[in-house]
Amino acid sequence: MNCLECDASINVPNDAAVGEIVSCPECGADFEISKKSGESVELKPAESVGEDWGE
Amino acid sequence: MAKVCIVFDRLRLEEKMLSDEASKMGHDTIMLDAKITQFSTESKRGDIDFGDVVIERCVSYFRGLHFTACLEFLGVPVINTHDVADKCGNKMVTSLLLKKAGVPTPKTYFAFSSEEAMNLINKVGYPIVIKPVIGSWGRGILPLKDKDTTEAILEMREIEDGSHDRIYYLQEMIDRPPRDIRAITVGDQVIAAMYRKSQGDFKTNIALGGDPELCEITKELEDLCLKSSKAVGGGILGIDLMEDKKRGLVVHEVNNTVEFKGLAKVAKKNIPQEMIRFALTQVRK
Repeated sequence: MNCLECDASINVPNDAAVGEIVSCPECGADFEISKKSGESVELKPAESVGEDWGE
Repeated sequence: MAKVCIVFDRLRLEEKMLSDEASKMGHDTIMLDAKITQFSTESKRGDIDFGDVVIERCVSYFRGLHFTACLEFLGVPVINTHDVADKCGNKMVTSLLLKKAGVPTPKTYFAFSSEEAMNLINKVGYPIVIKPVIGSWGRGILPLKDKDTTEAILEMREIEDGSHDRIYYLQEMIDRPPRDIRAITVGDQVIAAMYRKSQGDFKTNIALGGDPELCEITKELEDLCLKSSKAVGGGILGIDLMEDKKRGLVVHEVNNTVEFKGLAKVAKKNIPQEMIRFALTQVRK
């Protein structure tokens, strides 16, 4: 899986689930796993932290 | 066997722990992403499988609050209820409810314009703590120690001009050890508590790197937490307390979507299991 920002390789762990966030080890961009089926994984840019985020 | 639905918008360790525990207890789980779910005034309960009970775990407060309203419209039991989420999401409302219920809470002052906030601070004196009425993880919480800093902070709030920035929530600075207490209540039980130590500064939030350490659940702590939970309507809650050197324990916050991965590392009870057990008591027969 390659980073949508800088094209570096992103390692998505086998047990990662849809909705989890993965970060690019090179540019630091965050992506959300939007689809996962076997080996096939789709990423979308993760939402940035909102003013109302928290507990 | 029941079906438990976890509603999320960012899948964190807590949501995975809840799902794993429900499965281990023999229940089916549904993980539902709020960001890709639709409702309408014409929606019916059977349109989407929400299981028998929903635990709402959105990291975005307003997303979770509005999603909960839709679930309640459909008659789906949801934890916490919209009413509880609404009360806990606003620090001013929480403070008023705690005080009304007789829970010891820091003295808190409210003003509705920057001019009046400055007048209020001049009257009450320094130091004083300013907090946004909406928000979490210690964001925007600042100790005000002098006039120059206060004027700068108030001016910044005016420039930002968010709808809640015109509500000024000012709280007395509590003389306390460099830590606070986070307790988790589930229904009418306090299931775990920990100290959160500051990293050498004013804030103690685990989200900011605060270090968890188990705290004994004394009778006083238990009574205050259960009273606080009742004051906002109950459910699964994170109660924040400080140890005032003069008055003893004071409750300063009640959190609606409690994070527990830090506490789960040191707690004696299985926190996600207790939460699932409680959720199952809310399933309509």
